[in-house]
Amino acid sequence: MPVPAIRIDAVTKSYGSFMALAGIDLEIAQGEFFGLLGPNGAGKTTLISTLAGLTRPTSGKLFVMGCDVVGDYREARRRLGVVPQELVFDPFFTVREMLRIQSGYFGIRGNDDWIDEILARLDLAAKADTNMRVLSGGMKRRVLVAQALVHRPPVIVLDEPTAGVDVELRQGLWHFVKKLNADGHTIVLTTHYLEEAETLCGRIAMLKAGQIVALDSTANLLKRFSRRALRLRLARPELALARGGVANDAGWVEFGFESATEIEPLLAGLRLAGAGLEDIQLGEPDLEQVFVGVMNA
Amino acid sequence: MPESFARWLANAGISAGFRTLFYKEVLRFWKVSFQTLAAPILNALLFLLIFSHVLDRHVTVYGDIAYTTFLVPGLVMMSLLQNAFANSSSSLIQSKITGNIIFVLLPPLSYRSFYAAYTLAAVLRGLFVGLGVWLVALPLVDLPLAQPIWILAFAVLGGALLATFGILAGIWADKFDQLGAFQNFLIMPLTMLSGVFYSIHSLPPLWQQISRANPFFFMIDGFRHGFFGQSDVSPWLSLGVVSACFAMFAILTLALLARGYKLRG
Repeated sequence: MPVPAIRIDAVTKSYGSFMALAGIDLEIAQGEFFGLLGPNGAGKTTLISTLAGLTRPTSGKLFVMGCDVVGDYREARRRLGVVPQELVFDPFFTVREMLRIQSGYFGIRGNDDWIDEILARLDLAAKADTNMRVLSGGMKRRVLVAQALVHRPPVIVLDEPTAGVDVELRQGLWHFVKKLNADGHTIVLTTHYLEEAETLCGRIAMLKAGQIVALDSTANLLKRFSRRALRLRLARPELALARGGVANDAGWVEFGFESATEIEPLLAGLRLAGAGLEDIQLGEPDLEQVFVGVMNA
Repeated sequence: MPESFARWLANAGISAGFRTLFYKEVLRFWKVSFQTLAAPILNALLFLLIFSHVLDRHVTVYGDIAYTTFLVPGLVMMSLLQNAFANSSSSLIQSKITGNIIFVLLPPLSYRSFYAAYTLAAVLRGLFVGLGVWLVALPLVDLPLAQPIWILAFAVLGGALLATFGILAGIWADKFDQLGAFQNFLIMPLTMLSGVFYSIHSLPPLWQQISRANPFFFMIDGFRHGFFGQSDVSPWLSLGVVSACFAMFAILTLALLARGYKLRG
């Protein structure tokens, strides 16, 4: 059995009396596209920082491709690429200089072929000799992705990579990241855009107050926590509200259901009561419902 | 220049991570050399012109050495020390505040490589500035070179001590004004009161004693010995004091870096 891309064993991290991570156990297999979700302050960035060696765990162990991030930090860091959440850059250097320097930190010389390829794939080739200072926010974000890839890490962590990024860049970035995943890279993503996580991630962990409160495949989470919705527009909506419907802001009355067999009796009852059906919609379950459900549980 | 130096290090078999960080730090000050090299050289030149104009005909030191001639080694060393400190401390605080310190914390760099790269780059900047001050002073004074080995020893050791001190300050400070306080209330007074502008034998006995508690005095006095072959105290004593201070601060800095103090949470 191949070694997991990431293994986290009983990791805690406390700052005084505050527990940022309250005992995390997690295993991510090689080749997964994994989502790490949670509200602000849930511990996502602390967990990533601990994995990257930027923060030391109070207790527990973390491994990247089988390498202990504390005891065998050199090997662990060689196998990990991190795109940080903050839009950081070094104003003294050009894009190419930055990527060459980053390669050198990992002990790689003569990396220009790979650097050129990354620049081309991230649509940065025209900016290669531009100083970091004058790049737009979106371009700087791409350079951060490029920096995380210069040493060809098998595991890539993206911490909110699309925060404040325009639609075109976001789509381009996801296209690139999906390609990396298809090439065998393990991807760990944190994002507040739940539709992105739902589309991209095969498996998802949800964090709340430093603990994993849900961990499953995206499909199972949607099945387990989310119900499909039947939305009706009625001449007399009060009759539907009396049968357990919930009015939404758009003037629809919404019913949740798990099986299509629940729909027919509901519609029959409303017809007999004279509710006056004017329009009908079916809503598929989404990760936002799951997220809200899990966080409020 | 920095690239050829990095190539030389590579050929010498020095680790790539250290080499790159050193190269990056040198490139950083080289790219803004007007500010990091030319400005401090100009400052020192102004000191030299003003003091020489006012005092040269009135003061001699060590018997018959003209004041301006006496002053130049002190100015060279003062500039060297201040710029070694400024390089490592400003680089670190800027990286911490802008967040780009993450670029050196994520790769597999050891804390020893981290320390060595920041220290050596800062020493190199100090040496460049010191050399620059010496060169611009050459047409103005007839400066002897009695024992150059002392000049080299104190330049490198003093630069390394202040570079280390700069790393400590850069790690400790969270804001620019904290670093400014370090520079203005510690480094600057200790430098000014170290005998850059005078021989401590011209001071009252109490101030002579106080000066001997200042490690900057030993750095400058030992450095000056290399030029004149004479100094306020034995260069061996100065070498011992400066080496001990360097060892103490280097051990402290390495211990803090190993713990990730203020760098790794």
